[in-house]
Amino acid sequence: MPGFGLTLGFTVVYLSLIVLIPLSAAFLRTFAMSWDQFWATVAGPRALASYRLSLGASLVAAAVNTVMGLMAAWVLVRYKFPGKKLVDALVDLPFALPTAVAGITLTAMFAGNGWLGSYLEPLGIKAAFTQLGVVIALTFIGLPFVIRTVEPVLQDIDPEIEEAAATLGANRWQSWRRVIFPELMPALLTGFALAFARAVGEYGSVVFISGNMPMRTEITPLLIVTKLTQFDYAGATALAIAMLSMSFVLLLVINLLQWWNRARYA
Amino acid sequence: MVEPGPLRLSFMEQLKRKITANQRGGAAVNEPRFVRVGLIVAVLFFLGVFLVLPLVVVFVEAFKKGIEVYFASVREPNAAAAIWLTLLTALIAVPANIVFGVAAAWAISKFEFPGKSLLVTLIDLPFSVSPVVSGLIYVLLFGLQGWLGPWLAEHDIKLIFAVPGIVLATMFVTFPFVARELIPLMQAQGNEEEVAARVLGAGGWQIFWRVTLPNIKWGLLYGVILCNARAMGEFGAVSVVSGHIRGLTNTIPLHVEILYNEYNSAGAFAMASLLTVLTLVTLALKSLIDWKSKKNTMLSPPWTTQV
Repeated sequence: MPGFGLTLGFTVVYLSLIVLIPLSAAFLRTFAMSWDQFWATVAGPRALASYRLSLGASLVAAAVNTVMGLMAAWVLVRYKFPGKKLVDALVDLPFALPTAVAGITLTAMFAGNGWLGSYLEPLGIKAAFTQLGVVIALTFIGLPFVIRTVEPVLQDIDPEIEEAAATLGANRWQSWRRVIFPELMPALLTGFALAFARAVGEYGSVVFISGNMPMRTEITPLLIVTKLTQFDYAGATALAIAMLSMSFVLLLVINLLQWWNRARYA
Repeated sequence: MVEPGPLRLSFMEQLKRKITANQRGGAAVNEPRFVRVGLIVAVLFFLGVFLVLPLVVVFVEAFKKGIEVYFASVREPNAAAAIWLTLLTALIAVPANIVFGVAAAWAISKFEFPGKSLLVTLIDLPFSVSPVVSGLIYVLLFGLQGWLGPWLAEHDIKLIFAVPGIVLATMFVTFPFVARELIPLMQAQGNEEEVAARVLGAGGWQIFWRVTLPNIKWGLLYGVILCNARAMGEFGAVSVVSGHIRGLTNTIPLHVEILYNEYNSAGAFAMASLLTVLTLVTLALKSLIDWKSKKNTMLSPPWTTQV
């Protein structure tokens, strides 16, 4: 087959220019800093508060998406109802909708005088400009992951194994819990990890709804932007390295999960 | 004496048994009705709040002050400049990533070489980098404080807080889309047709245009529309490198932010509605491709594909 040198050469050069060299330059930048300087930024109180919020809110949002995503995938694969095709097509909306649009729209919905906020506020639920707002934005952007990873696995489950379980005397709950759920487990975990990884780095949809108060509703990516606008390049770089390290660990976990997923179904 | 076997049962008896069997089987492999209805209602409520309501909100808020204000907002010179810059950025970044995606998929699916799985993982990298960090790395490389900053300044080349920086950051965040869609597709399709064309005397480009491209066209289109949607809608990465100079380095998403922060809600949502229309067109095309290509391939969004 021809074209090996041309295509691989182009791939490697383009990958190096756009991705690898800029990324390594960021890592090399940290060597210009002393360790104390680096640590003071990365483990400062404001940074720690931002990790807590970014990781905590991402965890809650990914958990909500795992439960709702499993239910949604089940309903979309197994049940019939009017408008199902349309709903299924809309699931990818958070992938395709620009994050800034999602940000201002969710804010308009959940602000005190907003579409939903005006009903929630009398109940004592303040969503916009609080940590709950961050969770709502991260739930929105992570919504499709679990649905899209579970759907194909659910479609592939042979109804005969459920019938077999029923023949052997299992009731519906038992065969769901013991037969179907274990089959879905790797896909669920993969979806959870993908939604979590996406949420940790998210910026656009959060900055509008969070109110951006230091120590309280400031996510890590926003803290990086704040440092940049103050021309604190060293601080921004240190935080970026902290975030990159987190993403690489997550990427590794996701790869392991997908490998497990494939090993089960190969 | 012969025992009455199943064959000797009366027709009514057989029918009765069949019905009870079906009912019992039904209860064991289907959920009770209240569970089914409950699940459907819960899911539709959740998806309604998170998927349908936002779409309604965008358009209602955009037209809140009337159709004149809407058209004035999108025609105003700064808005027009933002639209133009967004189109220009996509027009450079998307074709670049198409060429890369096709080349990478060709190399990875047609040949065996050491380090292949590492290469696939590296192609994925931009998906796992925060948009803000994606922008930052270019500032660290090309900005005034950056490695190449002083040299670029000496030669009067401005990349950061200028259009080239926006294009580069967009190329980074949309980097894996086409490749990620094509690699699994071409791996699944195998080499046989290309080898046959080769035996019949076709050259490399002929094989690509006549054999490979028709086979991957839906997957390619799928990657391209999703890549384009992200390129036009990217906010975080572009915001870091743009410098927010009105009429010069503002894309549509950045213009949305500026208007919103100035409490010009109708203007912000008018610009946002343009991006929302783009999103809806993207989703419609995606569904169309899903439907067209269902017979031979299973496509999935690049975020969830597995190699």
